[in-house]
Amino acid sequence: MPSPHTITYRAAVLEALFGEMRRDGSVILMGEDIGAAGGVFKQTEGLFAEFGSERVIDTPISESGAFGIAVGAAMTGQRPVFEVMFGDFITLIMDQLVNQAAKINYMSAGQFRVPLVVRTAVGVGGNLGPQHSQSLHAWPVHIPGLKVVMPATPADAKGLMAAAIRDDNPVVFFEDRMLYNLREAVPEGVHVVPIGSATVKREGRDVTIIAVSRMVHTALAAADLLAKEDISAEVVDPRSLVPLDVETLVASVKKTSRAIVVDGGYRQYGITGEIAATVAEHAFDWLDAPVLRIGGANVPIPFSKTLEPLVLPDAQRLARDATALVRGQR
Amino acid sequence: MTSSPQMATVSPFPSLASAEEGLRLLRAMQLIRAFEEQVRNLSAAGVIPGLVHLCAGQEAVAVGVCSLLRADDMIASNHRGHGHCLAKGGDVGRLLAEIMGRRTGYGLGRGGSLHIFDAANGNLGTTGIVGGGIPLATGAALSAKRQARGQVTAAFFGDGALNQGLLFEVMNMAAIWRLPVLFVCENNGFGEFTAIEDVTAGADPLARGQAFGIPSETVDGMDVLAVRMAAQTAIERAREGNGPSFLVCKTYRYGGHHAGDKQDYKDAEEAKAWRLKDPIERLSRLLKESGLASEAAIAALTQEIDREVRAVVDLAKVTPLPADDDFEAHLYA
Repeated sequence: MPSPHTITYRAAVLEALFGEMRRDGSVILMGEDIGAAGGVFKQTEGLFAEFGSERVIDTPISESGAFGIAVGAAMTGQRPVFEVMFGDFITLIMDQLVNQAAKINYMSAGQFRVPLVVRTAVGVGGNLGPQHSQSLHAWPVHIPGLKVVMPATPADAKGLMAAAIRDDNPVVFFEDRMLYNLREAVPEGVHVVPIGSATVKREGRDVTIIAVSRMVHTALAAADLLAKEDISAEVVDPRSLVPLDVETLVASVKKTSRAIVVDGGYRQYGITGEIAATVAEHAFDWLDAPVLRIGGANVPIPFSKTLEPLVLPDAQRLARDATALVRGQR
Repeated sequence: MTSSPQMATVSPFPSLASAEEGLRLLRAMQLIRAFEEQVRNLSAAGVIPGLVHLCAGQEAVAVGVCSLLRADDMIASNHRGHGHCLAKGGDVGRLLAEIMGRRTGYGLGRGGSLHIFDAANGNLGTTGIVGGGIPLATGAALSAKRQARGQVTAAFFGDGALNQGLLFEVMNMAAIWRLPVLFVCENNGFGEFTAIEDVTAGADPLARGQAFGIPSETVDGMDVLAVRMAAQTAIERAREGNGPSFLVCKTYRYGGHHAGDKQDYKDAEEAKAWRLKDPIERLSRLLKESGLASEAAIAALTQEIDREVRAVVDLAKVTPLPADDDFEAHLYA
């Protein structure tokens, strides 16, 4: 068992990149300002110095074309990690992602694989406004042929990045930029978390809170508040959205008989709806209450300091909603 | 009979090494023409479901470029791609089976005409997105550059793709990274049902390559030897590490956008004029007049190809359709 050390989320992803690039010469990085500049969030710092411009490739601000080139490179022997600077800009690569990357293995009957990772920083915070704050993870999860992961902790970020790079399919890796400075214990050396495995972050009896990415931390804070009310909340982190570890989620809901799904993306037609429906389909007879969905507000994310905080649920609101659910007031 | 009793073997044409090579080029173009004719018939008869986009008239571009590529060089095709697939060495039977939606096709019959991939012959696929193959070929060129085995790649696209922003993004990166890729535009005068003049600004499409400092050339796309001349230079440039090239091949689509298109938008006189430049007729005439091939040899070749393609059609009709197990197969690697 490798020993843990305490590092930030940002450093944990970097550790995975260094490890995988040293292990496998076909791993290349492509993105904007990722080379000598080290990334706008310092998320690629040091890679350029070690691997050079041949493997750490600064692209022009041409997301669609550059990602299409990454797909072609992936079809012919490379394992590109393609960085989309802000998650909002994933819209610019959607044609290549949806119409090419996701389908090529299927259409070619396995003649061509597309082993690449799209990594992108999402999340509300820092007053970056409507086009630099969105979490559009509900877009790629709709497309068969893609895998989608969204780690909440430094250890999972390291382990899932390693797994994503080793995977022979296109994997979209969403990292909430407000987690970049979060410090936690992370295993040193090789650390791989299998894609498609959820984890129970906190055990409880009365209600299951299924929370995604940054909302895991909100859910854990809510669970602390609920404990003071004598409500025992279980917090489950799916970690991967596609494939979804339905078994772990459903087992928890069958145990607690109540479920809340929390996600930071827009609530309408979003992640919470899919997970809530899945849980309800599999655990209907065990449920004592309707599954509750809590998502980001259905508005463009406003810039102003007074409005931006209204977008995401906080621990107090989550605890209040959970209390009402458990006490049968909903 | 114009052929001399003593057939020449040394070619007087700079882009043609020998009589045998001349016949190989002719064969490759005739195969595409015969194949497309059969596909047209099978589509009209309802044996082929969906839509097919045929390339009769444009054979010289696919054959001219692909005849100079190595087996490990790669191409990306477009929606009018049967010719590219065959010219790059694709199997006639598997190609037709895919177009007919049979499980013996390249993609188990799940892709169809618009999605034909042939890894063994370096074909990154036909595609249903106009311009979609351009970045894939360029990505393969990025791999080729890293692997340093002298491979080159070619992206085939029509004049319709000249107005996709993707083309310019990719040309820019191919130029700054000096990638070994040929951008081959088959300018057949129409993007779907609309004439190029109606939707394309600027006096000459070449300017679009020149803007990125990419060596760009207009080519007679109805002359396979002219295409080879231009492709040879471009391929050498790429192999030597000197970056991309842009070829705009002037050609003509004998059929409509898809088989069954009534083509009301075409000018009859113009269509007739293009037929006089037919690339197969042209090479046949040239081989005969220069004494590189006899009338009889060419006639025999035509018959042989006709028989070959008919046999493939007969076989394809009795190949199995995909089974239930094929529905989700290869969704993930």
